[in-house]
Amino acid sequence: MALWRSTVNTWSPLPKVCQFSTTSALQHIIKLTRLRVVDNSALGNAAELAGKPARCIHIYNKKGIGTIGDKILVAIRGQKQKAYILGVRQKQKPMVPRFDTNNIVLIDETGSPLGTRILVPVPSLLREKKGDFTKILALATKFV
Amino acid sequence: MPWTVEKHRRSRLGRQVEEKEVQESISPPTDYRHIFPEFLPSPVWYKRDKLCEKLERRDMMRRRSALHIPEFYVGSILAVTVSDPHAPGKQNRFVGICIIREQQGLISKFTVRNVIDGEGVEIMYDMYNPTIQKIEVLKLEKRLDDELYYLRDAPKEYSTVPFDMWPVIHPKGTPVPVNTIKVKLNPKPWLERWERKQLKGIERPELREKFWIRAKALAEPWEKYDTMKIYRKSINDDDQKEIFRDVYQQQMELKRKKAEKARAMLRAKST
Repeated sequence: MALWRSTVNTWSPLPKVCQFSTTSALQHIIKLTRLRVVDNSALGNAAELAGKPARCIHIYNKKGIGTIGDKILVAIRGQKQKAYILGVRQKQKPMVPRFDTNNIVLIDETGSPLGTRILVPVPSLLREKKGDFTKILALATKFV
Repeated sequence: MPWTVEKHRRSRLGRQVEEKEVQESISPPTDYRHIFPEFLPSPVWYKRDKLCEKLERRDMMRRRSALHIPEFYVGSILAVTVSDPHAPGKQNRFVGICIIREQQGLISKFTVRNVIDGEGVEIMYDMYNPTIQKIEVLKLEKRLDDELYYLRDAPKEYSTVPFDMWPVIHPKGTPVPVNTIKVKLNPKPWLERWERKQLKGIERPELREKFWIRAKALAEPWEKYDTMKIYRKSINDDDQKEIFRDVYQQQMELKRKKAEKARAMLRAKST
């Protein structure tokens, strides 16, 4: 829809206000995003107690933005650890759950989780995601 | 007014078929505007197309004949059962409070929020998605606001709904109860500036004076008197009557077809 614009040049003595175009908060999981560890691993608990949450330092996909089911590398308690994203704060497509916190579960090099239980609900769409989630889903108590 | 297609859809070859005046005598129930809010199209004038809307309404009614979509409002407690091929029972049930209903037509959506194991979960559902198997209203009620996004910044007790909740029976014909609860928000930081939103369902938050001064400066209290703005943002009364008359007719048509089918089955059984 074309808006009618005035063709008259108006000169104003006041300086023009700089106009920036900014996006709203996108809630993306990118490098340096702080994440909540939701398993009962010792590393995760220690990080929470110390008040220094895990920070994402790499996302293993071409995009650089992590969503549910993506493998990432986090820096936690001064060490590097791989993790899977179990829930995001980002607005999702219909039928996909959205969580209030960005949840991750720590895994080792072979893909087996460090903890023995997952304390929050897990999206059931992980069952059909590519990647070995069977060991992680075995720890989950509630599916959403 | 007889139902007609838009000017750009009229064929120069065909003649305009005259609609019978019996249309005027059909009057749908008055509460259709509240039961079927997603049947009203977008009020944006350049998106209106009566033929597309009529066809869409037909598709919506056909889906409704397969799945019972009950009357519900923002603030009602819903239980949605979705088909999940990987779940043990092939179904996945989610219970929660409806925080918003958005969009019109076949793409209309609603979001259900709950707090499970201390974690807030929200799921947005397409109302006419074929994978939805059941929508139950466990508690039919309204709230003072049309959007309950502020529940994300409120204590978790306000969003928690037990999964094994028994449905609260709502006697047919009685008006929908309004829950006048005033939610006490958490202290700042918030996800949005709730003090600027003129929300009726929250307690007045304790903030420094500068926030209230800015909220007052940005408020537009004259908006409710702007009749042209209200007119542009809503569907014309005459159009609404036409739409719901069409919905009522289609409902009757589907009922008739169903009854006919049932009779045909009985006849086949007896012979």
